[in-house]
Amino acid sequence: MEKVLMKGNEAVCAAAIAAGCKYFFGYPITPQNEIPEYMARELPKVGGTFIQAESEVAAINMVYGAAGAGARVMTSSSSPGVALKQEGISYCAGAELPAVIVNMMRGGPGLGSIQPSQTDYFQATRGGGNGDYKTLVLAPADVQELVDLTIEGFDKADYYRNPVMILGDGFIGQMMEPVVFKDRSDVELPEKPWATSGTKGERKPNIINSLYLGAEELEEHNIHLQAKYAEMAKNEVKVESFGLEDAELVIAAYGTTSRICKTAISKLEKEGYKVGLIRPISLWPYPFNEFEKINDDCKGVLTVEMNTGQMTDDVQIALNGRMPSYFYGRTGGMAPTPEEIVNKVKEILGGDR
Amino acid sequence: MEERIIAAGFGGQGVMALGQMLTYAGMVEDKRVSWVPSYGPEMRGGTANCNVIISDDLIGSPVVIEATTALVLNKPSLDKFEHSVVPGGKLFINSSLISTKSTREDIDVYYVPANDIANEIGNNRVANMVMLGAYLEATKMVGMDSIEKAFYKVFGENKAHLLPINKEALEKGAEAVRK
Repeated sequence: MEKVLMKGNEAVCAAAIAAGCKYFFGYPITPQNEIPEYMARELPKVGGTFIQAESEVAAINMVYGAAGAGARVMTSSSSPGVALKQEGISYCAGAELPAVIVNMMRGGPGLGSIQPSQTDYFQATRGGGNGDYKTLVLAPADVQELVDLTIEGFDKADYYRNPVMILGDGFIGQMMEPVVFKDRSDVELPEKPWATSGTKGERKPNIINSLYLGAEELEEHNIHLQAKYAEMAKNEVKVESFGLEDAELVIAAYGTTSRICKTAISKLEKEGYKVGLIRPISLWPYPFNEFEKINDDCKGVLTVEMNTGQMTDDVQIALNGRMPSYFYGRTGGMAPTPEEIVNKVKEILGGDR
Repeated sequence: MEERIIAAGFGGQGVMALGQMLTYAGMVEDKRVSWVPSYGPEMRGGTANCNVIISDDLIGSPVVIEATTALVLNKPSLDKFEHSVVPGGKLFINSSLISTKSTREDIDVYYVPANDIANEIGNNRVANMVMLGAYLEATKMVGMDSIEKAFYKVFGENKAHLLPINKEALEKGAEAVRK
């Protein structure tokens, strides 16, 4: 297929449509407005429907309805908007509905800023709504990966009957990079015998619901959900790493920040520092086992994020006290510079070489 | 090779399109490319800028802090980005709108009267292409064939009638550097 130059926000839409997404419900918010714009223009051309809902809450409940009817459906927003969608995401998880939710994160808390951030790590990975549930959380670092993870996200959502979150930052949405779309014309979408697609008088009605008034019944449902999450934790970990066997220090970073760290690591290499990288691609399930590959002489793991250190919780769980955990981050829409990261690494490892 | 470019000016001067032309042309030539716009509140009535990276290797940070080249189309952009250019780098100044000179002596500075040239051609709006022409002449970063292909991608096939005036602007910009 031909290489095309696309903005992340447009590429995620093209990927969704390539994956068979026919429905999009959303409400505008910077920095992801190209997504509803693209879907409004392109979905009718493939026989789909775009609706600008009256609110984020309405949008996610439209997603619930379309997913329940068996359609491939997506919604998108940015941080404060995704906060509003949490109730509906929890309902989707409870009712086991597949859907893809895109969050192009901006600075917070509250309405925050419109500039890039990664402040929704906890919201995304801990289950931002009520109840014991998990969403598969995928964090692309470039536009090609955004496309690939979005297409895969729809397949995984259907396979597990669970919401999938694409967690990008403002840069991922706004950046233009070349992308190639793989031919998917021979991919058949899975049957959904559970969907409320009409009985045609031939079967009992299907019911989509997240309400279980009987405590025993709900516990049984929760045990079923947890078994599904365990399966996801076993099979869906995605991670990129390098240099772990001889690194003096390892940086853990995801999304755009991981790219800034790569630039910093190559600068440090020229000055004689050996720094490795762990880039979680799936933020849930988290690649805990990757940290076991770090050599015993390593001085520690430096987490770098565009927030105040949310991922350090997972890094510390992974390290289990084996070595120190450090943090460097910027917030409010500021991105760390490679120089800042270089300086932080030198501060930890000590002096110039 | 990694070329890290900042293109900056007033909203409406076409710096985003200038950056996209370069990015497309780089892609046409099978280089690694990225384009990031400023999309903050400063875009609304103030300065706009974009970061373009054209590289032989994987691109790390898409954000340009140490620029190898800056193209500045107005005075606030000169003030903001003059010191972002690395020693030995290039700075292209739209001298139609910027009367001050650069204070940098460790970089190559090109003064291009982009708006004057654009007005001579007959369309003030191609000043961005005059700047791009000057840049291409000085750096040979991408070929003119690739820029032409990029033109259709950025502006669409239905703007084909504007290609001649844009090509003229590119050529006059190149001439300004050759002088």
